[in-house]
Amino acid sequence: MSLLDAKIPAGPLAEKWSKHKFNLKLVNPANKRKYDIIVVGTGLAGASAAASLAELGYNVKAFCFQDSPRRAHSIAAQGGINAAKNYQNDGDSVYRLFYDTIKGGDYRAREGNVYRLAEVSVNIIDQCVAQGVPFAREYGGLLDNRSFGGSQVSRTFYARGQTGQQLLLGAYSALNRQIHLGKVKMYTRSEMLDVVIADGHAKGIVTRNLINGNIDTHTGHAVLLCTGGYGNVFYLSTNAAGSNVTAAWRAHKRGAFFANPCYTQIHPTCIPVTGDHQSKLTLMSESLRNDGRVWAPKTVEIAEQLRKGTIKADQVKEDDRDYFLERKYPSFGNLVPRDVASRNAKEMVDDKRGVGASGFAVFLDFADAIHRLGKDAVAAKYGNLFDMYYQITDEDPYKQPMRIYPAVHYTMGGLWVDYNLSTNIPGLYALGECNFSDHGANRLGASALMQGLADGYFVIPYTLGDYLATIGPKPVDAKHPAFEKTKQDTINLINTLLSMKGTKTVNEYHRDLGHIMWEYCGMARTEEGLTKAKGLIKALREDFWKNAIVVGANEEVNASLEKAGRVADFLELGELMVDDALMRRESCGGHFRLESQTPEGEALRDDDNFAFVAAWEYKGDNQPEVLNKEILDFEFVHLTQRSYK
Amino acid sequence: MSEFKQTFNSSLGKKLIMALTGLFLCTFLIVHLGGNLLLFSDDDGYGFNMYANFLTHFPPIEVVAYLLYLCILVHAVYSLILTIQNRKARPVSYAAVNKSRASWSSKNMGLLGSILLLFIVIHMSDFWFSYKYSHKIGFKEYRTDLATGKTTSVDYVPASADFEKSASTENNIEIVRVKDLHARVASSFSNLLYVVFYVIAMGAVAFHLLHGFQSAFRTLGWVHRKYTPVVCFIGTWLFAVIIPLGFAAMPVVYYIQSLNK
Amino acid sequence: MSTNNNMNLTLKVWRQKNAETRGAFVTYKAEGISPDMSFLEMLDVVNESLIHKQDEPIHFDHDCREGICGMCSLYINGHPHGPKNAITTCQLHMRTFHDGETIVIEPWRAAAFPVIKDLAVDRSAFDRIQQAGGFVSVNTGGVPDANEIAIPKVIADEAFNSATCIGCGACVAACKNASAMLFVSAKVTQLGMLPQGQPERYSRVQAMVAQMDAEGFGSCTNTGACEAECPKEIKMTNISRMNNDYFSAKLFREEAMHEHAASGE
Repeated sequence: MSLLDAKIPAGPLAEKWSKHKFNLKLVNPANKRKYDIIVVGTGLAGASAAASLAELGYNVKAFCFQDSPRRAHSIAAQGGINAAKNYQNDGDSVYRLFYDTIKGGDYRAREGNVYRLAEVSVNIIDQCVAQGVPFAREYGGLLDNRSFGGSQVSRTFYARGQTGQQLLLGAYSALNRQIHLGKVKMYTRSEMLDVVIADGHAKGIVTRNLINGNIDTHTGHAVLLCTGGYGNVFYLSTNAAGSNVTAAWRAHKRGAFFANPCYTQIHPTCIPVTGDHQSKLTLMSESLRNDGRVWAPKTVEIAEQLRKGTIKADQVKEDDRDYFLERKYPSFGNLVPRDVASRNAKEMVDDKRGVGASGFAVFLDFADAIHRLGKDAVAAKYGNLFDMYYQITDEDPYKQPMRIYPAVHYTMGGLWVDYNLSTNIPGLYALGECNFSDHGANRLGASALMQGLADGYFVIPYTLGDYLATIGPKPVDAKHPAFEKTKQDTINLINTLLSMKGTKTVNEYHRDLGHIMWEYCGMARTEEGLTKAKGLIKALREDFWKNAIVVGANEEVNASLEKAGRVADFLELGELMVDDALMRRESCGGHFRLESQTPEGEALRDDDNFAFVAAWEYKGDNQPEVLNKEILDFEFVHLTQRSYK
Repeated sequence: MSEFKQTFNSSLGKKLIMALTGLFLCTFLIVHLGGNLLLFSDDDGYGFNMYANFLTHFPPIEVVAYLLYLCILVHAVYSLILTIQNRKARPVSYAAVNKSRASWSSKNMGLLGSILLLFIVIHMSDFWFSYKYSHKIGFKEYRTDLATGKTTSVDYVPASADFEKSASTENNIEIVRVKDLHARVASSFSNLLYVVFYVIAMGAVAFHLLHGFQSAFRTLGWVHRKYTPVVCFIGTWLFAVIIPLGFAAMPVVYYIQSLNK
Repeated sequence: MSTNNNMNLTLKVWRQKNAETRGAFVTYKAEGISPDMSFLEMLDVVNESLIHKQDEPIHFDHDCREGICGMCSLYINGHPHGPKNAITTCQLHMRTFHDGETIVIEPWRAAAFPVIKDLAVDRSAFDRIQQAGGFVSVNTGGVPDANEIAIPKVIADEAFNSATCIGCGACVAACKNASAMLFVSAKVTQLGMLPQGQPERYSRVQAMVAQMDAEGFGSCTNTGACEAECPKEIKMTNISRMNNDYFSAKLFREEAMHEHAASGE
């Protein structure tokens, strides 16, 4: 075990980033075109980084597995993006956004990173507006804001329920411009399968062309992984079907540390599961909690009647309803942070008071809002969400309350990076959800978009230059044996997968893994459950390599092969998540250990023993991973017990 | 110049030509119907024949007429080019019939236009060509007593093959001799097959313009929250109802009259 | 949940190994399909059974499965994204169909969208159109404060309506001419309405239309099938607005198309 240096600049919080930017080396403008940069993933972080670096003059090669860079899953973010603009004059500031984010993350994030994030948040909005992103506006023509995800100020900029789409299309348009100018070479339907490490530095990647199966190597002076999160380890999540951990995981197996893998965010307002066929969970914007009231029946008997369908929700008398969030958290009510809302819903279900045919749901009721504001006003605010709910469930939320249940939504963990967004492998960077850096143990609503764009537009263009200036513009040696070796490793893995002609589909293994993860490494975790999960995952993984079926050949479009590689990685990641959750004998944010809670049932941190980032080091197949710690110093904020009472 | 060439070779440029020629043809229909309403006046074809003579002998009208013929040609040729390009844009067709909501006429402009082109060819060879370039059409002499205003008519056989028209006044009686297109019209419209063909063609006009008129405005980019409904109203009621009905009424009325003779 | 309502269906699916080989319809039985499944989940079930038989699964594009990424396609019984309005295939639920029904599933058909495999087509033509000019030429940094540009709400809302396009290609699939006008015009209109898009308004439209034509899409007959099938209900008004800008640019404006590309760096 070693102690990691995050390279946070010294000095007052507000000056760290400015000072650091000054101290970073610059690349001579004439030399920039001599550098090739590989960007993997074209979501908010990837597209913004690729575009910004190309604008500076670097040659960028960008990769995505989808058919177009515009499909990246950032597009699905609904709610909004935070920025400390204080346009509403309601007391917001960079410091407040910083403080809220640190506190929301349950004091498991770095002060320096989070402050920088809050600082550049204001630039993001300017940038997006200049690109033509159609944010919501007031009648006066200026930008509108809303309060979001339990925040006490209105700092969230939004574009109806499609903020992620509009921001991504903005970044995609900037990327397109650079493709048009020849500064970015775009590789679509290309999946990164490995990173090439030559003499200790990341110098390229290995990709598979998803149309013809070609295994190619690409060289670059630096490799930026912007490949998103790993929520799909749970099989059911709000992630896209294609979202996967493969790029990050293969980099991890090449030496990049994986930090805080157990920090997962479970979003409270998703549409509940209907059956085994379900392939994904659909999130409904958190904004629904601004007007919807969450409740469950007070008694098990009423809940049973609701489950059987003998009575309907609107027939439950007011006295028989338990508005549990309002009851337990009078000052925040239905607007408590995501982890708190999720956990409370789970408690209701564990208490046998869940509703819906499966019993895995609580109500989100708009009857009061419709009564108070009128149906039209509610429709104007949430119409598209209500339509979506109706489309999926065939139930009219104007008449009956919605049924909601938490679902995995975001992963705060990811590749360990320092203040420069560099992993511990020189030349290998991780941006956006792919890294672990800014959200601690829980992410606040409307902060994911902010972080992805902050990393891509305003951090990496500065910090990458420092590394590039250090290594110099000498061309990357494509003949270095590491390229051929890594390529051969990839081909071997593919051949192994293709030789698997067992009895169980890859999807079935994925679903089984998801069940294990959700049951034992989900909203509430115990020593016993996690230990059990570890054994189960191990057994499942061994079985996978013996009994999975992969059909088709490499030299063609082969979804079965693509999925097999991804699930193989999830099966390894799952175990690491369990290890991390076992190691962290405290509760914090999205990581809730039943053994560590306050008398009121809130997450109880153990700052003396666990105020650190857990960065795991891969030591070889079937070897236990080694824990490296980065101690979190809190110079500026005082650690307190989070309370939303 | 190359930029104009490029413009009119673009898909939008070709549609611009379709829209402009189409709208020009629409305006012609109004004039044509207005003139042809003279067929309904009970003057033994005097007004109509005079009108026909005027159209073919007044130089500015002749210029416009040739512009009109050009428009018809260009409209037809460009539609053919566009159709070929559009077919090429979908080399493999769907097995399931497209059920997307779209008006029948909008999806069948080519068919409707082909009917119309056939109609125009027959129509023009029967009347316009015969009138202008053949001697198949006889003459009529109209004698109007200027005191009483009463007109009588008799067939007239001109002495010279080059005779076109003459007008003179003798003894307070105006004598006008003019080609009798009206008789040709009446004889054509006594043929049931001919009448049916005309009515079908006017149906094609109705559906072609039901879509075409407002579509031309859309293509030109002239859409507006306030004015587009007006365009649609005119396209529907004037061009797809009143004008085709007016034209179709002529053969029908003449056919019925021919039965009574 | 509705186990007793489960359906048995017959699928006629277009199978094509790759762009070079000829395709054909293959008939499959989809049995025990829950009405709560999405259309893609129904195909997942069919594919799982195919894999169990060591057969190749039916290939189709999909990703977010919540109607926003634009990756899923499928021409179902004569409709892009199936018979319901304003949704994508991934949002189409099987309760829309009835027990015993035969469902014909085809890929998007257009020369500009060649089939990659089975039901997946190559829509990179859309990307190239966007690359030709679907952007505002601003570099990162050095932009004015977001609130320095006041935009009337009605304009912002209209631009937003155009901006909701997810680039799925249903408009092309629905159009009898395989025209991409709705797609192209949505972007042209979004940027053409906003003040940020004004400097390049007339060069952009020329560049994007030229690329659209080069890709081999058909032309617009204003049938409105695109509007009817668009999962995001983008209006044909966009097409007219684009035409207006295009004709202004070509016939009356000074800007040439190439000025657009020369900006940047």
